[in-house]
Amino acid sequence: MATGTRLKVPVSQPRERKEQFEKQVTCLMDRLYGTALRLARHPDDAEDVVAETISNAWKKLDQLDDLSRMEGWLFRILHHTFVSQWRRRQCRQDREVELEPGDNDNPFSLFEKLHQPFLLWWGAPEKEFMNALLQEDISKAIDNLPDAYRIVIVLVEVEGYSYEEASRLLDLPMGTIRSRLCRARSLLQKALWQQGHDAGLARCGGHSPGNTSGGDV
Amino acid sequence: MKESWISCEEVITRLFDYLDREMDSDTSAEIERHLERCHDCFSRAEFERRLRERIATSGRQEAPQRLRRRIKNIIEHF
Repeated sequence: MATGTRLKVPVSQPRERKEQFEKQVTCLMDRLYGTALRLARHPDDAEDVVAETISNAWKKLDQLDDLSRMEGWLFRILHHTFVSQWRRRQCRQDREVELEPGDNDNPFSLFEKLHQPFLLWWGAPEKEFMNALLQEDISKAIDNLPDAYRIVIVLVEVEGYSYEEASRLLDLPMGTIRSRLCRARSLLQKALWQQGHDAGLARCGGHSPGNTSGGDV
Repeated sequence: MKESWISCEEVITRLFDYLDREMDSDTSAEIERHLERCHDCFSRAEFERRLRERIATSGRQEAPQRLRRRIKNIIEHF
């Protein structure tokens, strides 16, 4: 099948439709699983989210008349599926997410901790830190964020949602999305700084995370 | 044409709105012009941009074969 062409779902040919559906799902599996894993944190939960997403998508496939748009459509279903499961869990636990009060006017900045202007022509600790940072460090820092912050950062930074799209999906005001995102970034950068410091990556950064002033969250 | 100047402090305050493309095109262009001439703000913007890319990459993970078999099985039963 040539790429870029509009593929109308052949309602009268369920077998062909199923083959096209399976082909696209198979191609997108790593990204579907990766996103589900960042959202749900645990591999078993992530697999359940992907499985439920595929079932939900198949039930709604008649609503998609252009299979070339399946990628964005599938990811929206995945996010809805995860958020629904997450809300059910929240209801069962009968409590709202407890969010720590944060200082969004003075968020933690990894760059500010690492950057040393006087080293301008001789070195760049922030670049060295970034190069030494492992992908596992980033995944771990995201996974350790409280749910409400992790979900917003995955939607905006991993999936590229606009604040308005995230606001609609999570049924939260735009201001809440904005403040949670700010807090999420602050917590994430502080966690990366802590992990980097523990691993000896932030040798040039000066202060340990526990002794920072001003930028503490 | 009136040339407006945005301060380093304003650029840093609005940097994530800029990177998230959550601002009007005039302000975005103003920030871009600032980044072209301010090395410190440019370094910071590049750092945040690279970190974003690394965060985005965390959404790509090899799906386990167990999940692939499970999904194949689900689709077979549709």
